[in-house]
Amino acid sequence: MNIHEYQAKELFDRFQVPSPKGKVAGSPEEAAAAAKEFEGAKLVIKAQVHAGGRGKGHFKNGFQGGVHLIESPEQASEYAGKMLNETLVTVQTGDAGRLVRKVMIAEAVDITHEYYLAILMDRDTCAPVIVASTEGGMSIEDVAHDTPEKIFRQVVHPLLGLQAYEIRKISAELGLSGDIAKQFGKTLKNLYKLFIDCDCSMLEINPLVTTPDGRVLALDAKFGFDDNALYRHPDIVAMRDKEEEDPREVAASEYDLNYIGLDGNIACLVNGAGLAMATMDIIKHYGGEPANFLDVGGGASKEQVTAAFKIILGDPNVKGILINIFGGIMDCNVIAEGVVAAAKETGLPIPLVVRLEGNNVEAGKATLAASGINIVTADDMADGAQKIVKAVG
Amino acid sequence: MAILIDENTKILVQGITGSFGGRHAQLSLDYGTKLVAGVTPGKGGQKFSDTVPIFDTVSQAVNETGATASAIFVPPPFAADAILEAMDAGVELIVCITEGIPVMDMMKVKQALKGSKSRLVGPNCPGIVTPGLGEKSHGGCRIGIAPGYIHKRGNVGVVSRSGTLTYEAVFQLTQMGYGQSTCVGIGGDPINGTNHLDVLKMFNDDDETEAIIMIGEIGGNAEAEAARWAKDNCKKPIAGFIAGATAPPGRRMGHAGAIVGGEEDTAEAKKKILAECGIAVAETPSTMATTLMEAWGK
Repeated sequence: MNIHEYQAKELFDRFQVPSPKGKVAGSPEEAAAAAKEFEGAKLVIKAQVHAGGRGKGHFKNGFQGGVHLIESPEQASEYAGKMLNETLVTVQTGDAGRLVRKVMIAEAVDITHEYYLAILMDRDTCAPVIVASTEGGMSIEDVAHDTPEKIFRQVVHPLLGLQAYEIRKISAELGLSGDIAKQFGKTLKNLYKLFIDCDCSMLEINPLVTTPDGRVLALDAKFGFDDNALYRHPDIVAMRDKEEEDPREVAASEYDLNYIGLDGNIACLVNGAGLAMATMDIIKHYGGEPANFLDVGGGASKEQVTAAFKIILGDPNVKGILINIFGGIMDCNVIAEGVVAAAKETGLPIPLVVRLEGNNVEAGKATLAASGINIVTADDMADGAQKIVKAVG
Repeated sequence: MAILIDENTKILVQGITGSFGGRHAQLSLDYGTKLVAGVTPGKGGQKFSDTVPIFDTVSQAVNETGATASAIFVPPPFAADAILEAMDAGVELIVCITEGIPVMDMMKVKQALKGSKSRLVGPNCPGIVTPGLGEKSHGGCRIGIAPGYIHKRGNVGVVSRSGTLTYEAVFQLTQMGYGQSTCVGIGGDPINGTNHLDVLKMFNDDDETEAIIMIGEIGGNAEAEAARWAKDNCKKPIAGFIAGATAPPGRRMGHAGAIVGGEEDTAEAKKKILAECGIAVAETPSTMATTLMEAWGK
């Protein structure tokens, strides 16, 4: 789950992590009011979408750039009018772009130095790890590749939590001293509390900056939350913006289906995450391109299978479907009935290959055969993948 | 002699009165597993399936029945507590089936397990099967949710992060006439109790296991770590498969742990490391068993 920049700022404010002053606006009037509130400071207006590259993007109405310096409340209102309810295209959005429904008016800060600071859940040590670097403002992957010695890692004990000496160590590695070091220490402490309290999987600040007037500020942040823990964070769930997500994935999540859209043309419907990944792989192995990852789970109902089928058919790129079920405990006939119900409801305009194996497989195969629907059956995964790749051509 | 469990292992089920736990407890009983107790707080004194006593606490169940292994089916918010309770009761083998436990909870559990005498397998795993000698492997020990009937008692050890891919491998082996010593699902979460390496070491020391199938996926470096150890230490042929070659980076593919973070945890990188360490890598999931047979000289 992703959140917007203005929502990240809300979390920072709540946990006392200093960031530039800012306010979200949903209309030109609100934008002007926010700019008036911060009068005297240098300000920027930023389109709020879940995609990077906003500054260099363009709007479909011809307006250039999703981030602008603004001089006055009037200009804030004018620019907000050109951004709100318009579609912004950036390198990360694809040609379709994203509809901008909120803008943020924020203080444009002068920068003395840019640092990198992140907290991640590290699977090797099974503990949070803090990653810090003096080389902020650029891709950390590049820093890791070119100058790995400039990246400092500190593993935090899962039960003891962040210790004062650890903060001092990191601060020293970054070459901070005096009041700046003190501010940094407080910021890191609060950031760690945010990471733990909100069940984050990742919290990346790039850059964390120092300013000529002696402040330490989190300028840009990226959050990752542990999906498994969202049940205990209704406030974070409320930040979810479904408009920013793939509509196919939103539809799938309503039926508790694990779906991830891809760019290929062969859809697959599988039980089990490992088998679903392996099914995508085998489609590719035989020369096809998978259109999605879809795991219907170990206990899928007829309704879930029907919903899954409809989501697949709703993708205009899909030219064929491979169903791969190893129903160890799951009743193959439940899958078969779901497929038949869905195919009858939606019609079946494209080739369908089904590989069924496991519990009650004979009944499942009989249901498919008796349905009168044009279904190609496969003996095993390889056979199924080859047949669907051939059918799609 | 198989690993971790055999036909004499006495197991208890935590969360036996839930629909999921109950269903699979019944399937284990039907398989011939020595399921001796259930635990559901507040339902102590009742019976499961008219025969299996239910207790309020794991300690009571262990003291009364001598169970040494536990299968956990309790919902995610209470699963960490269930693991810790089993540990406190001295259960030697704790198998957590539950999917969806918060990572922060597992981080603490992992710390608590250090220095205890309990081994955790999972969470988010299909469990463990040591097949029996009866028809359709009846009479074996089945902890978890795997289909017992597809197994056959034999000499191949199977270890995997994925349930359905394990079944796929087992089914291929059984169809070719090769049975399994023990099949271990270690689970798809980023923090788990037992990893590929732990299980490889056990298979290596087990007389009954003659060959091994190791199934992995994108994310983390558990497969690479196991392969590097196997290169110098494992005396038995291994076939490997890594799922997720077509998974887009940064997306969680169903399993919480199945996410490509960097260059090292892609399927391609892992396959390369496996091959360099002398593991026969199956090109597709359809050829896991045949790849093993080639490496094994069968």
